[in-house]
Amino acid sequence: MADTAGEKKEYWRWQESCWIDESKDWRAAKIVTAGIDVGSVSSQAVVCVDGELYGFNSMRTGNNSPDSARNAIQGVLDKSGMKLEDIKYVVGTGYGRVNVPFAHKAITEIACHARGANYMGGNAVRTILDMGGQDCKAIHCDEKGKVTNFLMNDKCAAGTGRGMEVISDLMQIPIAELGQRSFDVDEEPNAVSSVCVVFAKSEALGLLKAGYTKNKVIAAYCQAMAERVVSLLERIGVEKEFFITGGIAKNPGVVKRIEKILGIQAVQTKIDSQIAGALGAALFGYTLMQKQGASAKAA
Amino acid sequence: MIANYGYKDGSGEYYISIDTDKCIGCAAERACLAACPNEMFEIITDDYDDEVAAIKQSFRRSLAFDCAECKPAAGYASLPCMTACTPGAVKHSW
Repeated sequence: MADTAGEKKEYWRWQESCWIDESKDWRAAKIVTAGIDVGSVSSQAVVCVDGELYGFNSMRTGNNSPDSARNAIQGVLDKSGMKLEDIKYVVGTGYGRVNVPFAHKAITEIACHARGANYMGGNAVRTILDMGGQDCKAIHCDEKGKVTNFLMNDKCAAGTGRGMEVISDLMQIPIAELGQRSFDVDEEPNAVSSVCVVFAKSEALGLLKAGYTKNKVIAAYCQAMAERVVSLLERIGVEKEFFITGGIAKNPGVVKRIEKILGIQAVQTKIDSQIAGALGAALFGYTLMQKQGASAKAA
Repeated sequence: MIANYGYKDGSGEYYISIDTDKCIGCAAERACLAACPNEMFEIITDDYDDEVAAIKQSFRRSLAFDCAECKPAAGYASLPCMTACTPGAVKHSW
């Protein structure tokens, strides 16, 4: 992110990542499945071996969903030495789920996020907030990760990752630093009043001109985002345990404020929160393969 | 499962909720499909392989406008979709 003349900085650009569990040997596994989550902003591929997380790749979605799906899975294949043929069942999910060329089945991201959160946060998780790139979902599920109530807001970018990217660029602060900097204020400001990202951006500019520090403006935006998504959660009812998925789960400035409003803490996990949908899809694939195996034995 | 289709924007909350548990094996013979003058309902196979009613994707971001003609201001005392759904699976938030 060098500050050279003529080079446009991309403050919004988040860290892509690829990870493999070196302690597992996929060649020894009975069933290898994959989940591909092609979202509006990011794409993830997750590979599971015998129903356990083995590896994932998380990257920016390009302008072509099939290519994004191929690129996402290729990262895991390259790192593991696996071939696509070694994966027995692939489930596509997310905004571009029907455009995953090598998927055997497409399942909505709502069901997949619930299943993924159940794995990542444990079977006590009942309420899930998925703060995606261009939408926000509030989900209630049972102990098996089956959805019992959901709502989704994809009409407006308020309360989404894209909204945070816009503020990151406007403040000229890397997106990964926004959350922490939002706490570095002398007093907690009121939330920006507009729920619309376009108007919130205008309002943020106005606050800067009125003498707010950048950190204070970020705090005001994080608070607005928290209030926005909490109103969605309240519609389905919040029940413990509470889990947050999606890229915004990595932003403590928003997460802590949501927790403060709700009065409950979100379950913590070491697994990347952005892969929940793809992980759920891979787990669905594992269950479907098991069912197929059971049917074949019975026949 | 309660499926909420719709959105919240600066003007308010507009959700149609469908209780899919009441929808499975519909006792009203899918009357919602014919009751809606805009034909906004459809039958889908959900993620758990159940055949249930849903709001078509093309209407999910414009419910405030699409449902306006059935609301009290347009002369209706009750909503046709809710009246037709005798199991009581359909609800409007506004």
